[in-house]
Amino acid sequence: MMLEIRNLHASVDGREILKGLDLSVRAGEVHAIMGPNGAGKSTLAYVLAGREGYEVTAGSVTFDGTDLLSMAPHERAAAGLFLGHQYPVEIPGVSNLLFLRTAINAQRKERGEPEISGADFMKRVRTEAAALGLDMEMLKRGVNVGFSGGEKKRNEAFQLAMLEPRLAILDESDSGLDIDALKVVAGGINRFMGPERAVLLITHYQRLLDHVRPTHVHVLMDGRIVESGGPELALRLESEGYERHAA
Amino acid sequence: MSLPETLREEVRNPEAAAAVEALSTYRWGFTSDVEQEFAPKGLSEETVRFISAKKGEPEWMLEWRLRAFRLWQQMEPPQWAKLSIPPIDYQDAYYYAAPKTKPALKSLDELDPEIRRTYEKLGIPLEEQKVLAGVEGARRVAVDAVFDSVSVATTFREELKKVGVIFLSISEAIREHPELVRRHLGSVVPVRDNYFACLNSAVFSDGTFVLVPKGVRCPMELSTYFRINAENTGQFERTLIVAEEGSYVSYLEGCTAPMRDENQLHAAVVELIAETDAEIKYSTVQNWYPGDREGKGGIYNFVTKRALCRGARSKVSWTQVETGSAITWKYPSCVLMGEESVGEFYSVAVTNNFQQADTGTKMIHLGARTRSRIISKGISAGRSNNSYRGLVRIGPSATGARNFTQCDSLLLGDRCGAHTIPYIEVRNPSAQVEHEATTSKISEDQKFYAMSRGLPEEEAVALIVNGFCREVLQTLPMEFAVEAQKLLGISLEGSVG
Repeated sequence: MMLEIRNLHASVDGREILKGLDLSVRAGEVHAIMGPNGAGKSTLAYVLAGREGYEVTAGSVTFDGTDLLSMAPHERAAAGLFLGHQYPVEIPGVSNLLFLRTAINAQRKERGEPEISGADFMKRVRTEAAALGLDMEMLKRGVNVGFSGGEKKRNEAFQLAMLEPRLAILDESDSGLDIDALKVVAGGINRFMGPERAVLLITHYQRLLDHVRPTHVHVLMDGRIVESGGPELALRLESEGYERHAA
Repeated sequence: MSLPETLREEVRNPEAAAAVEALSTYRWGFTSDVEQEFAPKGLSEETVRFISAKKGEPEWMLEWRLRAFRLWQQMEPPQWAKLSIPPIDYQDAYYYAAPKTKPALKSLDELDPEIRRTYEKLGIPLEEQKVLAGVEGARRVAVDAVFDSVSVATTFREELKKVGVIFLSISEAIREHPELVRRHLGSVVPVRDNYFACLNSAVFSDGTFVLVPKGVRCPMELSTYFRINAENTGQFERTLIVAEEGSYVSYLEGCTAPMRDENQLHAAVVELIAETDAEIKYSTVQNWYPGDREGKGGIYNFVTKRALCRGARSKVSWTQVETGSAITWKYPSCVLMGEESVGEFYSVAVTNNFQQADTGTKMIHLGARTRSRIISKGISAGRSNNSYRGLVRIGPSATGARNFTQCDSLLLGDRCGAHTIPYIEVRNPSAQVEHEATTSKISEDQKFYAMSRGLPEEEAVALIVNGFCREVLQTLPMEFAVEAQKLLGISLEGSVG
């Protein structure tokens, strides 16, 4: 089991958001977590990535059998966990390329691997940027500085490709995208996916799932998974909404 | 002189990781074991005479010093800065210390091996190391190495001589070019300018003299490393750079100092003179020992730096990266006398733990259509206090003068202080003066974003801070940019978590 979440309770500012969440993800699987606003979707993403202020009050999470919750955020990244942010932040004065290369090397250092060579890095940058339609001039600018919403999301997909994690947690990767950009981002996710990897897609809408085929779909309501199923569940939610799950 | 963007990135990337190698203590705290020849302890006319005699100075120089000393005795230390300075016992210090190796060496290879080791430990394998190793194609940097108070070696002197550039220790210059030194010394920073400059004028031990003749573009960057080495030895460096008509020179100054418990006083004076169409670029990375985490020890850095843009269209750029010293009192300034002359001040000042910095600039616009640009980035962490103090003065004759000032402060934690104290005096209605200032705390969102990509917290902070300072760092020559970036990371260690 790659990711095993058991009875996870988490609070933000003393308010309990996750109330006993269970989820198991195996390599090769794509799980979609769907649910209305305020159900705890983003909280789940932040808790898994280790954001400060998201306090786990009960339960356990293991990643490849290791206790994820005892690891610092950067250790989780080095172990192969990636968070695609819903709102990617801007870091002025730090170019996207510098940021990415620093991140890759920090992860490698954490794993006891040698640094990536400048040539290898640039070669991979060119390949992945081309696939996502990001131009090099943009990547030389500050991290996400002056990027449109769509460009930010494509940049997240670009970082996903470059960092090569094993588990990608993608928080609303589709929000703010027009249909063309959505296809590009979905293409990035599909290229990333493989038998040794897994994706946790956190999404509000069905439309991303038209392009990224999930193996599992879960409904998150009020801090718990209330229903799980296959792709057909997403379609049903699209037509019926979340009302039937409301207590 | 600025490098292509991509090249800069290439150089910086590997250094970014190195910048945050965990180092919990001051890395460069060590003492080098070279025999010292001290002046008697304390400050008196005798001390001044000792220093002057030790250097074999001409009579006029001794008189100049003595006059300064007598003036200094009647002066009071400045109190206006936002600094808390413990009383300094000027009698409880040595004013002269010099290594016993003599005479002047042809190259650094002939240097006392102990001194060489000191430089190596300083981790200054900048371009100089390549140059010393004879690496082909290495960028050339001439080093006038000031070890404690005396210049022990000067490289590239011959090559500079070919184009007529004079690059000497100030002591040598006083002996070899007395008329030049006499004409310019104290012409930008008068002896009685301020308490510390006056003290320096009396007891300055060594420093650098540069003269770039008319029309000459100095073929290499000139570099001096200052280093305080003897216990209780104040450093009183004196630098004088003259750029004649149409010439250009870039000068790099970097400092590190060994760890000491005693507070040490450093009161340097730097004077720059730019004639018509001349340009001087002066870059500093200052990393004197800042004191320990409890605020014990550390250097007092009370520096007077001023440039006179005397000629039309002359230009002076100051860039400073100030990460060290317990107390910094420093305002590199430009007097813009020549028409259309340009003054620039780019500054990064970092304070952590109990450090205090009161630093900024003065842009004095006298000539018509003179322009100045001030970019200041202050970073405060721990329980430190960091003030930007800047004066922009537009004189009545400075028709069409322009100034742009931008002061950004970044706070790390909630026990530190950032202060911006601008003084704007405009006496000509055609002038245009802009001032922008921001103060912000380092963003948790930015930090988490970087950490979620694999950067440990301190490295994430260092990266964000480097981005915050980018506008200033990119004005540094490349060797310095790399070192400065490392220093930012190192000086902010322990400021998070």
